Amino acid sequence: MAGLTGRMSTVVKAKVSKLLDRAEDPAETLDYSYQKQVEQLQNVKKGIADVVTAKKRLQMQETTLKQSVVKLDTQARQALSSGQEDLARTALERKNVAQTELQGLDTQVAELEEQQQKLTDSEQKLRAKIEAFRTKKEVIKAQYSAAEAQVKISEAATGVGEQMADVGLAMQRAVDKTENMKARADAVSELEAAGTFDDITALGSGEDDIDRQLKSLSSQSAVDDDLAKMRGEIGAGSASGAEAPVSPAGEIAAPSEHAPGEAAQTPPAEGGQS
Amino acid sequence: MIVRISGEDQYRLDDDAAERVNELERTVIALVDSGEEEGFAGAYTALLDYVRAQGERVGDEEIETSDLILPPSDLTFAEAGREFTGEGLIPD
Repeated sequence: MAGLTGRMSTVVKAKVSKLLDRAEDPAETLDYSYQKQVEQLQNVKKGIADVVTAKKRLQMQETTLKQSVVKLDTQARQALSSGQEDLARTALERKNVAQTELQGLDTQVAELEEQQQKLTDSEQKLRAKIEAFRTKKEVIKAQYSAAEAQVKISEAATGVGEQMADVGLAMQRAVDKTENMKARADAVSELEAAGTFDDITALGSGEDDIDRQLKSLSSQSAVDDDLAKMRGEIGAGSASGAEAPVSPAGEIAAPSEHAPGEAAQTPPAEGGQS
Repeated sequence: MIVRISGEDQYRLDDDAAERVNELERTVIALVDSGEEEGFAGAYTALLDYVRAQGERVGDEEIETSDLILPPSDLTFAEAGREFTGEGLIPD
């Protein structure tokens, strides 16, 4: 059969026959094949361990990001309550970025979970086949003439070899996926190191570099929505609200809490950017 | 005939089923050849589903060589394309 499927069978058979060619004596071939199989099984175990390690790293990042989301949300509320809308916006921008990262991580942890499960299943199948090979190997050694044994060995070794190749493929795919996720995890770590999810109380006055980057990273409409919602909640919570009045459309009417340096600005038009 | 779905299991299929498998495979290959990514996932899933539904799973302790090895179910269109140009799915 051509194309997609024929090639894979051919590759497996070529690999196995290369393996079998190394030994001349059937008994030796059998033991050598078995030894190779057991080695491969060890590799699969290592592969699974690598996937688990990658998953744990992502899970730790998830925990950190979740904490940041809660913290930044609280800080945004506090800032808004005390009329510091710019600060609230900064906190929400950070929260927005953290949440976006969090969603990505969720998907990836689930994907790694799936890879881990697949590899574990593959390992069990390979283990069962190797065990069957071990039994068969003793029967072949005891019962067959050298010529017959060669044929039987070739059949059995090809069968197990195919399973090994298949596990090898599953591992390769898992490794590729894990590599992609490492890159992602590194990116999150970089954001963390840059202070993206830091306490906003540590922030100096004015816009720093992080804020400019955050503005590009975060979804401004989501931040606006969050702000409007928070305003509503705070307004409903404290009857004696000292907040800026909120128009029916949820827009804030000419906020006056700009930093002194920006005071000369004309009142913001709708959708105006600072 | 024995068909392996890579990353899953081996299945024992009647020889009559081979014809249908061939047909489903040709559909997939045609899509890959003509660069029609849209129908690819559906066509490939149809092939795998047919094998799973018609075949009898080969036990883990049975040692059988497959007559046919199908790539894994999460095969991407790009990977399917590479299969034809030579890189291959099975790592060295």
